Amino acid sequence: MPQNSKLIVNAMLKTQELQLNIGPQHPSTHGVFRLIVTVDGETVIDLKPVFGYLHRNHEQLGEVSTYIQSMPFTDRLDYFNSMANNFGLSIAVEKLAGIEVPQRANYIRVLMAELTRILNHAAAVAFMINDMGAWQTPLAYGMREREKILDLFEMASGARMMCNYFRFGGVVRDLPPEFMPQLHDLMRGLPTFFDEFERLLRENEILMLRSQGVGILPKELAASYSVTGPVLRASGIAYDIRKAEPYSVYDELDFDVPIGSVGDVYDRFLIRIEEMRQSYRLVQQIIERLPDTTGGHINPAMANIGKQKALRPPAGDAYGRVESPKGELGFYLVSDGSTRPYRYKVRAPSFINLTPLGDMCRGHKVADVVVILGSIDIVMGEVDR
Amino acid sequence: MPSMSAEELKERLTRDLPGALAPARAKAEHVTNGSAAPQTDPPAKPKKGAEGPVDLLATNDAIVLSERIPDVVRYVRDTLGYTFLTDLTAVDYMADGLIELIYRFLHLDGGPTMAIKTRVPRDRAVVPSITPFWPGADLQEREAYDMYGVDFPGHPNLVRVYMWDEFEGFPMRKDFPRQGDKYIEEEDEA
Repeated sequence: MPQNSKLIVNAMLKTQELQLNIGPQHPSTHGVFRLIVTVDGETVIDLKPVFGYLHRNHEQLGEVSTYIQSMPFTDRLDYFNSMANNFGLSIAVEKLAGIEVPQRANYIRVLMAELTRILNHAAAVAFMINDMGAWQTPLAYGMREREKILDLFEMASGARMMCNYFRFGGVVRDLPPEFMPQLHDLMRGLPTFFDEFERLLRENEILMLRSQGVGILPKELAASYSVTGPVLRASGIAYDIRKAEPYSVYDELDFDVPIGSVGDVYDRFLIRIEEMRQSYRLVQQIIERLPDTTGGHINPAMANIGKQKALRPPAGDAYGRVESPKGELGFYLVSDGSTRPYRYKVRAPSFINLTPLGDMCRGHKVADVVVILGSIDIVMGEVDR
Repeated sequence: MPSMSAEELKERLTRDLPGALAPARAKAEHVTNGSAAPQTDPPAKPKKGAEGPVDLLATNDAIVLSERIPDVVRYVRDTLGYTFLTDLTAVDYMADGLIELIYRFLHLDGGPTMAIKTRVPRDRAVVPSITPFWPGADLQEREAYDMYGVDFPGHPNLVRVYMWDEFEGFPMRKDFPRQGDKYIEEEDEA
């Protein structure tokens, strides 16, 4: 058959659209999450995410709990980054109640937040590559470093993942003496890990084929879709709350905000690698300065747990936000002067970063949906709250 | 870094969009300041029993009329340069019969966030949708609808986000029955 007539036959063939469910129980959806995908052959025409399978009304739990009782609940939002979630709630409550944080406590907080960023990005990149079909091997590299950081968290807070380490006005206890030597051990190994991880993957043909030009989110769309974090920066917008509205001691520390150029999955992967390096720089600076810091690990006025429980912020509202590894994590609190917040709202980066998912997937193959979802880096505990 | 205080925003809105700001409330005799002005002193801590119930509606932020929301939001984006909608949420002030919506914007050059509030009656909670020209509001408006029952006419797909479609009621409203209420005791507040 000549080429021309084959094209005509193809054009005349009637294809039928098909609705396909990915999830709710599917290993690639990072939790209990359902995608209703409309496909024509292998091509995605439309995609609708369905949320709520993990919904437990975290916000209402916040309204019936005292302020400090919400702290362990925030660990369960994004269970990869409990330290970053603690940080967000602390910032919001301290803003609302006007609590001062000593310098040493601030440095410990930033140290924990940056270690969290390293472990989150190591895991996020590893899982994303797992989604591409590089079964388990890159994941093992990422998880190995994550375990070392989790050991440090266990040392400081008593728990690996559900740390519950922050208190209003500081952190619950100072770093134990054996913390610093182990942190030094970790820091010695990290640059090798970054280089190794990047060398393994950056030029990898499979990764490049699967990720370059896939799931592009142009600069203008990224801003109007309200995405934050590495996804926004991969699209070329250098917005980082640590620079834009510095909280804690970030204005005293030196780091760069990497940005991407295309905004595809590959850029998001590279941004995460680079952000790990920047977090490493931050941790280095903190290690240098931590011995010279003043103040204890917590504001003496808030050191007693009874003071934490009986906290009655003055009536009013406050919005506190931090740059969590996944994006802008915000807490909006309204106080009526009692021990429980009148309104407790979490602005979850994972949830809002899913807004452009349909647009990003349209026109790609079904297998790319999984990769694009992996590149946004979601945790269902935070999406569904 | 750009930074716009609530006063400045109110001035700009009065000048450029006359009639968009909601008229001042009649009983706004004591004004506490909100989060928008961290440089001013925090309001004095209310003493126990010293004054009557707290006036939750007192705020320093700009409050606009609900039907003018699309105009105001366009103005904030196109004229003031706050091109990023970061948060959209609702609060139920049941005692006053109002639901408040808070739109929070940020400037991509940095600086603090800027909040715009609007208030609608609880029984007719209707605010025009901004999703048609601001896609980032899509899921957040759906969440406000799901949890608080705020209707957003103009939204292309206003269905529940978290609760299932057959669910009745709006779980974050203050009058939604909660099974756990009996476990909250006053003693542990001491």
